[in-house]
Amino acid sequence: MDKHTQLPSHLHDIRNRVEGYARAYGLDFFDTVFEVLGFDEINMVAAYGGFPNRYPHWRFGMDYERLSKGYEYGLSKIYEMVINNDPSYAYLLESNMDVDQKLVMAHVFGHVDFFKNNFMFRHTNRKMMDQMANHATRVRRYQDKLGVELVEDFIDRCLSIENLIDYQSPYVKRRPDRPDVEGEGAERQVAQGFKNEREYMREYINPREFMQEQQRKLDEEAARKKKFPERAERDVLLFLLEHAPLERWEHDVLSIIREEAYYFAPQGQTKIMNEGWATYWHSKIMTEKALDASEVIDYADHHSGTLATHPGQLNPYKLGVELWRDIEDRWNKGRFGKEYDECDSFVARKHWDKQLGVGREKIFEVRKHYNDVTFIDEFLSLEFCIQQRLFTFGYNEKHQRWEIMEREFRKVKEKLLHMLTNFGQPLIAVEDGNWENRGELYLVHKHDGVDLKLDYARDTLRHVQSLWRRPVNLHTKVEGRGTIFRFDGKEHSDRRADL
Amino acid sequence: MSLKIKQDHARFRDIVRGRIKSNLKKYVQKGEMVGKKGKDFITIPIPTIDIPHFRFGERSQGGVGQGDGEPGDPLSPGDGQAGSGQAGQGEGQHILEVDVPLDELADILGEELALPRIEPRGKDRIIATRLKYTGVAPSGPESLRHFKRTYKQALRRQIASGSYNWRRPVIVPVREDRRYRTWKQVPLPETNAVVIYMMDVSGSMGDEQKEIVRIESFWIDTWLRKHYKGLESRYIIHDAVAREVDRDTFFHTRESGGTMISSAYKLALEMIETEYAPTSWNVYPFHFSDGDNWSADDTRLCVELLQKRILPAVNLFCYGQVESPYGSGQFIKDLKETVGPRENVALSEIADKDAIYASIKTFLGTGK
Repeated sequence: MDKHTQLPSHLHDIRNRVEGYARAYGLDFFDTVFEVLGFDEINMVAAYGGFPNRYPHWRFGMDYERLSKGYEYGLSKIYEMVINNDPSYAYLLESNMDVDQKLVMAHVFGHVDFFKNNFMFRHTNRKMMDQMANHATRVRRYQDKLGVELVEDFIDRCLSIENLIDYQSPYVKRRPDRPDVEGEGAERQVAQGFKNEREYMREYINPREFMQEQQRKLDEEAARKKKFPERAERDVLLFLLEHAPLERWEHDVLSIIREEAYYFAPQGQTKIMNEGWATYWHSKIMTEKALDASEVIDYADHHSGTLATHPGQLNPYKLGVELWRDIEDRWNKGRFGKEYDECDSFVARKHWDKQLGVGREKIFEVRKHYNDVTFIDEFLSLEFCIQQRLFTFGYNEKHQRWEIMEREFRKVKEKLLHMLTNFGQPLIAVEDGNWENRGELYLVHKHDGVDLKLDYARDTLRHVQSLWRRPVNLHTKVEGRGTIFRFDGKEHSDRRADL
Repeated sequence: MSLKIKQDHARFRDIVRGRIKSNLKKYVQKGEMVGKKGKDFITIPIPTIDIPHFRFGERSQGGVGQGDGEPGDPLSPGDGQAGSGQAGQGEGQHILEVDVPLDELADILGEELALPRIEPRGKDRIIATRLKYTGVAPSGPESLRHFKRTYKQALRRQIASGSYNWRRPVIVPVREDRRYRTWKQVPLPETNAVVIYMMDVSGSMGDEQKEIVRIESFWIDTWLRKHYKGLESRYIIHDAVAREVDRDTFFHTRESGGTMISSAYKLALEMIETEYAPTSWNVYPFHFSDGDNWSADDTRLCVELLQKRILPAVNLFCYGQVESPYGSGQFIKDLKETVGPRENVALSEIADKDAIYASIKTFLGTGK
């Protein structure tokens, strides 16, 4: 059966036309299944992060309420949703006008091309639809056996730390295959005993029992010194899975949460690129090919709504699409490389055009090999920053309000990169799983100038403790001072500790 | 499929109402949705439960934005917080910002806080009815025939019976296809109401306290306006003496000196008796203060004025005590003991901005 026939026939025709245009431009995407949903259904699917068969949890009900109310009150509306899967699934809002559906389809093909080709998605499970359903079955089974409340409580705690994964780990191999548990081999220290120049006296000065005792002490010492984990482990969830005294169902649920977190991570790490890419392609396909004259006004209205900016928010669609266009333009005109970079004549730079015409080629290459951090780092230029009128903002305690802080290029770029690095989350790693030899967990926050939200940190620590079962500690900085927060299962405490 | 989200949704609502999961209760927050009214941003309360994470303090983090303005310029309220970079996982969600009409705002507020309809006093005398088209039915007067629906029905019948010919798309409705608009009679209070806002402007009512009163009175106005065709607002400020002022002055005056609450009550009473006869007006006095009165004697006088003359004449008397670091907060205790049990009295303590919604519910949740 042709699964595309689920679409009403006129949408089916539109779909085929738009797909043809997209392929002609060189986009390369998975087979894409479109489904038309009413607003209530689309809100529901969106609440489940795009997966209608996800495990049960109240948080999805909360997202559903937010989305439904936003729609009812006319504050927000989901036009479309795309699921990174092979085949990909895309949901269209039933009440959209045909021109919107056309635009959305073009947008969707952009996303799916990105999912298929960008390196960040190389390790994601393309059968996630099935996998999510499988997770749901497992969670339901535990709930049937143990009670909804118990399992949901545990999920609450897991969700509290779902951001403690290593966002780089799918791309970097840094754990040894099997840690050398015994610590044997060249490094092993051999007990020396008392100094002795006469070989025949050896048994008397360093009797065998004494030497064995010495050796045992040395080995013990070495084992204690040997760090556990050997290197700071940024995948805290993995560490807990491997070392926390979890029951089997708990282990399974935590691994589900971890797997889903890793699935969603690359989408978060390429938001600007991906939305920009889809927007770039929908506007190209619409304006050059697909748009009928009668649809221009509605198209323009919707398109400009997508790209609208508000002072205190960064619109990833807008920033993304402008950057893609900027890259294309620069590579078309040859505005890159040593000669261009070293040219300090303002006029010459302004009129620089070597007519290279390699822009299109360049953006296809960039969409393969970059993520938001490297994308911004490499392509956000001074000219772009001025032209797009970017600024940093912050909270002015004195005036009790949010204010524009800086317009200086370096500051803007720095702030932007900081917001994107590690998904905008604090870097927290397991430094020691047997802290002070008492089986306590010792986490370290790599402080880079921004303090943690402390009340949240304490409550999160409480949740970590409930998984680890022994006291847990977190080292961070508060207003410049090193501090260790501790939760021992009963109460919180904190003390100063500069490293 | 839809059943499933209903379960998760019901579970979320249960947690919000505190019926299950007391351990999550402290994370239930008054989330906000931002709408726009003219130039102002209006936040609409919507509950969220925030699962704690290790995250940055918002205020120390800041962000990057786009647009006009010089360093040092403020961002409009509603901006900021949102930040970027963590835009979430749901792909392709386009947020629109729209203007929300006032009565829709009132509806939203009513629904969020589960506010009852106000029943104006003297209902029999002042209610009017209005017709409202509410649906479509297969019978009715010809003048109300719904042409589009009639033809749609005819088309449906023709397709179903196989008599539709797309080469010659002629649709002829028969008697059973006809559809008519139906209506309902909606009771509409034809009457007028007046809100008399009174505020203590002694030194302890600072900017933050006034901001609370400003937001709260905005919502009170909006809600009452939905129920009454004409709504007037009057403003009285007082320290040791009371005087009537305009809205702007009301929210910006800062004075000090003694506090004689009775002075305001006397002035309000005079207003009611001369201008707003209770037979044709629904009267709503609201008084905000930090709860410090000059003397026990004056408090006694206030209670007497309320009991004998004000309460019999008004729909609802509301007293909101705004917490300030200076006031003793005695006044609300005195009111609780004396007029508190009366059914047209609502008393509320407002600790901070977050307490505004709860306070509005206390005031307007009586349906008076």
